[in-house]
Amino acid sequence: MVIAVNDLMQLHRPASTPPTSHPVVMEAVGLSVSYGAFRAVRDVDLAIRRREITALIGPSGCGKSTVLRCFNRMNDLVESARVEGRLTYHGIDVYGPDADAGEVRRRIGMVFQKPNPFPKSIYENVAFGARVNGRRSKAELDELVERSLRGAALWDEVKHRLRASALSLSGGQQQRLCIARAIAIEPEVLLMDEPCSALDPVATAYIEDLMHDIKERYAIVVVTHNMQQAARVSDRTAFFTTEVADHGDRRTGVLVEFGRTADVFSKPADERTERYITGRFG
Amino acid sequence: MTAPVSLVGTVGIGRRIRDAAFRGLLYAAVGVALGTLLVLLVDTVNQGRPKIGMDLYRNFPSARPARAGIQSAIYGSLWVVGLTAVMSLPLGVGTAVYLEEYARRDRWYTRLIELNIQNLAAVPSIVYGILGLAFIARGPLGWGPTIRTASLTLTLVVLPTVIISSREALRAVPPSLRQGAVALGATTWQTVWRQVLPGAAPGISTGSILAVSRALGESAPLLLLGGLAFISFNPPAGPAALESPYTVLPIQVFQYATDARQEFHVIAAATIVVLLAMLLLLNGAAIAIRNRYQRKW
Amino acid sequence: MAPAATTPVVTLRPTGAVRRRQRVEQVVKAGLLGTASVSVLTTVLIVFSLLQPTVEFFREVSVGAFFGGTDWAPNFQPASFGVWPIVGGTLVVTGIAVLVAVPCGLGVAFYLSEYARPRVRRVLKPVLELLAGIPTVVFGFFALTFVNPKLVDRFWPIGDVSTFSALGAGLVMGVMIVPIMTSLSEDAMSAVPESLRQAGVALGATRREVSTKVVFPAALSGIVAATVLAVSRAIGETMIALLAAGNRPNLSANPGEDMQTMTAYIGSTALGDIATQTIQYKTIFAVGALLFAVTFVLNIASARVVRRFRQAYE
Repeated sequence: MVIAVNDLMQLHRPASTPPTSHPVVMEAVGLSVSYGAFRAVRDVDLAIRRREITALIGPSGCGKSTVLRCFNRMNDLVESARVEGRLTYHGIDVYGPDADAGEVRRRIGMVFQKPNPFPKSIYENVAFGARVNGRRSKAELDELVERSLRGAALWDEVKHRLRASALSLSGGQQQRLCIARAIAIEPEVLLMDEPCSALDPVATAYIEDLMHDIKERYAIVVVTHNMQQAARVSDRTAFFTTEVADHGDRRTGVLVEFGRTADVFSKPADERTERYITGRFG
Repeated sequence: MTAPVSLVGTVGIGRRIRDAAFRGLLYAAVGVALGTLLVLLVDTVNQGRPKIGMDLYRNFPSARPARAGIQSAIYGSLWVVGLTAVMSLPLGVGTAVYLEEYARRDRWYTRLIELNIQNLAAVPSIVYGILGLAFIARGPLGWGPTIRTASLTLTLVVLPTVIISSREALRAVPPSLRQGAVALGATTWQTVWRQVLPGAAPGISTGSILAVSRALGESAPLLLLGGLAFISFNPPAGPAALESPYTVLPIQVFQYATDARQEFHVIAAATIVVLLAMLLLLNGAAIAIRNRYQRKW
Repeated sequence: MAPAATTPVVTLRPTGAVRRRQRVEQVVKAGLLGTASVSVLTTVLIVFSLLQPTVEFFREVSVGAFFGGTDWAPNFQPASFGVWPIVGGTLVVTGIAVLVAVPCGLGVAFYLSEYARPRVRRVLKPVLELLAGIPTVVFGFFALTFVNPKLVDRFWPIGDVSTFSALGAGLVMGVMIVPIMTSLSEDAMSAVPESLRQAGVALGATRREVSTKVVFPAALSGIVAATVLAVSRAIGETMIALLAAGNRPNLSANPGEDMQTMTAYIGSTALGDIATQTIQYKTIFAVGALLFAVTFVLNIASARVVRRFRQAYE
């Protein structure tokens, strides 16, 4: 099957790209990440905007997930990880002295590649963030759980069995539960790391619709290896690739191109982007 | 218009205190375990210091502290542990090979054997002593308080551990190795004998040495099997030793420790030092084998 | 032999050599099954060795007098066979041991699984193995000559402390069990998928909150199984109790006192060379049967919990 780039663009929803740019929430300037002596990705400049979906695409090993995991300091968990350059949230350095990792993660939620609900009830999964981030009354929690589950388009399916184990849900439902759990902490930014890669096409369509519905309220950054998905859901696209690292044997990720999705897919400025997009589909 | 944004941690100091307190508790738990180990070792060596020396080896157990030693206990331990190893190794490895390479998982008797081993591993060792008393020392076998009674009983004590660790070693051999041999027309036993066992040998040795070292320190079942006596002679060399009365190091520790006279506590502590040294030697050998031959598949 | 045909006959039937190998195969398999049956035989022998003298024991002593009585004096005249004093001693020593081993073992497990850097872990784990490898008689000696006189005697506030105390024996037994508790709990904790920890962290949870609110509940059944096994181990431990807890049947709730456990009763009674047909000899088996039954139930319960917990992640 051959899909021309123009066909690909028809998948895109032009209405979702507004004429004016929304305000920037997060900004990376010259961001580099190393694991020990190995440099995973270098010199990334990105701006994440409110009410937009930003897609990070590129071949595997290009560092797109690594960059995503910088945004909420998940790389802190990796002993050898080192972050250089500047990453700001409303102008505040995310890695600076004024930033607490827990607070960063409370404002910047994350959804993972594989659905990873806690082996607890549906209710407790959604309430978890609120519970660790400060006590709330039962009524507040109930309200929060309902609002979050509605926000993740899961409420109608689970409202009668909130006390059932989250593991009893289907894969797609589990992923929506994880989205509900992430938005329950009321973040401003939502990071999604290949959120559909473990799901079937029907569940994927559900999640994509959901992303489209909730982007009015969040700045969403999504890593995907699925070109059509990037074209379908995102407003801006950052294309990463790898190049031979300083030492030679391992490859470092670099940001090649970052722009409006329509532009990146229809008239890429860099030939590496063009080769990747057409190579995948042509 | 918009509220000023900040990433300073907003969730109170209470949470930070709880985090630190939890970490403190974990350190305390580690401290209790390591601290006890340290105090135990230092205190025992200190108590036993005056008696650690060649006289301890030269003399035999005695009711008179000045002349009390542990020579027969050292040889008794070597005999008992050696025989235990000789018996438990083939039985344990054989069972492990059967369960890993031959047994069909879906058969009820396979499940029975597995459950049974799991349970035996947790049966108190003194219960094995009761078994030994009823069936081996007295009863059908009627071997009396001899080295072979002690060895056979301890074989049953350590057998579950040998089986469990040997199974783990066999499981670490990748299936591709077996498939390769079977594809060349080898029978199951040829595959096991030529490919699987050589591959699992380091793991089996390490696990078995550790299991057998448990027999060196075990004393509860031997209390019921006549291990407690002043034995003032070494087991004879050769097969006659099997029918010889015996004492072993841990039993000697017990005997000296239960004497109210302080001098005997010194001898008990010195005996512990000898016992721990022998254990360390065994464990060191096990670790050396693990490090020397361990391979990543 | 048939004369050579122009085309070789193809057959998949076994040749002579193959048939020989198959015979070897049969013999080997039977031999291995034989070794495997030794462990089954062991259980059968344990049950049989306990059963017959126990039945004989209960012909002379009523079940009610055994389980209902609070005076344990099998070697006195008149003899009395109320088992509660040594059951009570076992419960007190076990209770103390578990109170030490469970929090301490869990703490070490949390530290190893959630906090320690790999390098610290590589050092700490062999040291814990060392602790696990120390013979119980050594722990008993330590309890008798260090913990009892230097800690319990000095700091226990209630009543007079003699050479022996349930407290000293229990404390040391607790430390002895820590490695078991730790290794089983840590196994359960490391079976918790990394993705759950990441989910917790991404929601703003601290390391403590991830440990207590994500890892702990997810590993709970494994931890429960570890605890049950720790209880079973404490109940069955002989040498520490025999050396440090004392040998006086004593139904008391004051752990500073000396008490006899079931295991210590068996151990101390068997020391003397008692005649086979006496009631004293049979008490060893009756108490042994009770001990075996209790630990058997606990082991089965623990195995059950473990199996359920394995299924949760499959």
